[in-house]
Amino acid sequence: MTISLNVNGQEHAVDIDPATPLLYVLREDLRLNAAKFGCGMGQCGACTVMIDGRAMFSCLLPIAALDGRKVLTIEGLGSAEKPAAIQQAFIDEQAAQCGYCIAGMIMRAQSLLQKNSDPSDDEVRSHMQPNLCRCGTHMRILRAVRRAANAMRTARTRDKAAGLEGGGQ
Amino acid sequence: MTAHFLPLSRRAALAGGGALILSFSLSRYAVLAQDAPKPQPLPGDLKKAPFLDSWIRVGADGRITIFTGKSELGQGIKTALRQIAAEELSVQFEDTNLITSDTAQTADEGFTSGSQSMSDSGTTILHAAAQVRELLIALAAAKLGVEATTLKAERGKIVAENDQSVEYGELVAGDVLHVQAQPQSKRKDSNSFSIVGQSIARVDIPAKVFGGESYVQDMRLPGMVHARIVVPPSAKATIRSLDAAAVEKLPGVVKVYRNGNFLAVIAEREYQAVVAMNALAAVTTWTEQETLPDPEMIYDYLKSLPAKSDVILNRAAGVAPGGKTISATFKRPYQMHGSIGPSGAIAQFKDGELTVWSHGQGMFPLQASIAELLHLPKEKVRCIHVEGSGCYGHNGADDAGAGAALLAVAFPGRPVRLQWMRDQEHTWEPYGPAMLSEIRGTLDSNGNVVEFGYDVWSNTHSTRPEGAGNTMVGWLVSQSFAPPEPKPIPQPTGGGDRNAIPIYKFPNAKVTNHFISQMPLRVSALRSLGAYMNIFAIESFMDEMAVAANADPIEFRLKHLEDIRAKEVIETVADRFDWKNWRKAGPHHGRGFAFAKYKNLAAYVAIALDMEVDRETGRIRLGRAVAADDSGQAVNPDGIKNQVEGAIVQAASWTLQERVAFDRTRITSRDWATYPILRFEDVFRSVEVYVIDRPNEPYLGTGEGGQGPTAAAIANALANATGQRFRELPFSRERVKTALLQNS
Repeated sequence: MTISLNVNGQEHAVDIDPATPLLYVLREDLRLNAAKFGCGMGQCGACTVMIDGRAMFSCLLPIAALDGRKVLTIEGLGSAEKPAAIQQAFIDEQAAQCGYCIAGMIMRAQSLLQKNSDPSDDEVRSHMQPNLCRCGTHMRILRAVRRAANAMRTARTRDKAAGLEGGGQ
Repeated sequence: MTAHFLPLSRRAALAGGGALILSFSLSRYAVLAQDAPKPQPLPGDLKKAPFLDSWIRVGADGRITIFTGKSELGQGIKTALRQIAAEELSVQFEDTNLITSDTAQTADEGFTSGSQSMSDSGTTILHAAAQVRELLIALAAAKLGVEATTLKAERGKIVAENDQSVEYGELVAGDVLHVQAQPQSKRKDSNSFSIVGQSIARVDIPAKVFGGESYVQDMRLPGMVHARIVVPPSAKATIRSLDAAAVEKLPGVVKVYRNGNFLAVIAEREYQAVVAMNALAAVTTWTEQETLPDPEMIYDYLKSLPAKSDVILNRAAGVAPGGKTISATFKRPYQMHGSIGPSGAIAQFKDGELTVWSHGQGMFPLQASIAELLHLPKEKVRCIHVEGSGCYGHNGADDAGAGAALLAVAFPGRPVRLQWMRDQEHTWEPYGPAMLSEIRGTLDSNGNVVEFGYDVWSNTHSTRPEGAGNTMVGWLVSQSFAPPEPKPIPQPTGGGDRNAIPIYKFPNAKVTNHFISQMPLRVSALRSLGAYMNIFAIESFMDEMAVAANADPIEFRLKHLEDIRAKEVIETVADRFDWKNWRKAGPHHGRGFAFAKYKNLAAYVAIALDMEVDRETGRIRLGRAVAADDSGQAVNPDGIKNQVEGAIVQAASWTLQERVAFDRTRITSRDWATYPILRFEDVFRSVEVYVIDRPNEPYLGTGEGGQGPTAAAIANALANATGQRFRELPFSRERVKTALLQNS
């Protein structure tokens, strides 16, 4: 059975078991590294991606459930040449130790900032609650999310002033 | 005597890197003077690999390649070690690259452990780079026909006073760096440093933020197949029955492998391997035994086991004067590493040679373990470190490496990628051992501690494999390997007794280490080993004694300390936390302080923090934490801050929430629901870390300095907030709530 997947703006037709969780397809078929296997049970968030703008655990989502939905991973968010604000903020804050959880952290944070570019500290913590970090990088991750929020607001103000739509990702 | 062998004039050799060149000739031609003075030891791991080109090589294009036998585990050595080499070689940071532990390429530096990446490999690379620089100066002096003393190294060139210069790449023909190192190096003045001491951004972070290949889990080799194992449900379980016929017919399955109680599937695609693993587990039945002790009685049980008792400190200033004596007992449960990414490895067996890519702490020990497991000569096994999820000690990495190796030999030709599942990591990784300690102190009428006693009971804190007998695979295969007898790690670093000797100057003090050989649960090295528990106990008790002496806890500590650097980190924290002017903001608000010098010979870390306790729920809300760290010469200050922050947050998680649960047969902490760790809503409101730089002082290492002080500072703040002393870890909501209810 062929399933059509929209990942990072590109359509992919995959012919595999529809029960296969998205995570395995991202990593094995699309050769994307960002989403990580951590628990396979939706307990740690290492596999977090965005689906139609919401942060979700890719380890739990069978691809059969993804028809017509848009999947966004870190690879689609930005690149070294054109980093998204949230990626740049993680670099600026040096918000990683081993870094295994970071891709998931970034996607979860992005899903918050797209809806609310001025979250309170408690809102950020509450939103980030599903994602685990074992190295204890939490304080830097929180700082990076705040830094990205500031950068996104600044960019939005600038774009508005220039009469542009959107921006600030 | 051997000047005619040298590419330099004798004069130039003596003026410049003379000692090096002399050594070069000695090692090459084995001309050894009979009455040579006893050689001084070489610095760092040059003792293990004395040739400079084992550590530093210079390409014809001038690029510097640095070789370390250590592994990047998230502590940032891929950046810090390059800073050291670039500084001493006077090249740009960007002109260097680094090869990490690989049995075919790097020196054997044992395990990457004990906060020793910088003190071992950093020190080695510092000296090797300094000696290579002096060697290049000597070579340039010969080439330019000038005195070496008139030359200096600058941006990859040796420059003369008349502005003539030679690029490094022009000087390194042949194997001129294949030279024995010397005990002494001519080091650069730290005042001139432009790279060491800078918070250069970590080189590995961009790939982790943009989705690059960063981890062994991200490697995709041509023709690679995917393996999963079915682990025994308990440590001593054996297979009773198994009918794998149906599993072999599942889509994509290329092999079902059984060797004794080691059970695995190999499939073309990864999720096919997962499906096959579940199917195989469903058709396997096991015989299990009740081999575990009663978890409710674990401390009594441990104390009842035979122990080897060693007095590791016995200081007596005559008859101990009388006074007020207090005593207490502290307990720490089994705790896990809990890497976010379960262990994995890739192995390929081709033409009689095995290559293993692993995120383990020691590639050479892993090579030895795998060679023994598979009855292969070591030369036929190559182990290459590739990053994985942070390990914090001995987790499942080596077991995954050994498992992948076994499967690769059983399925030769194609690379076999073995990935453990979450429950496998949780139930099979070796835990940080449960520990118990008893402590007592006597105060005189002036509030001075005049007598101190400490007894600690613990299993070993390292069963890291250096042979098949300490791998899970070695125990499961039909021709199994018995685990070697565990041994205590001797003082001064110690294992279970790490930091059991107080740094404070008590006139009478006795410390006894009770080493328990028998291990009811699998245990090994967890970040900071016994130091976490011993500092928790001793620094909690320092506060108890301060209360008994009616003294401020920080002043009480300073009064018993002589070490200047210790005093400085303590005073820095007191000042930055504003300890003197701190006031309770409410009835359940409290503050705590603690300090330690890791292993009594490494990094100094002090911490003060505050918290709010919710008496109804027992929940601890961590507030502000302020820490100071002295790790010697600070190579990358932000890297140090990152490590200390991590140590504090991770130790807060251990201290507030973590305990491995088990019944009489099985480990029941199988996932993050049954073994919770700290999440965002429970971490500190803020953490500040102040780094005290000590130019020219040895690197002391950083990663393990903060755990013990954090546990004790939390315990002390909890006592300050509630009026009750908690001495058993963790301070879970349930435990805090129950204790507060009982005493209200």
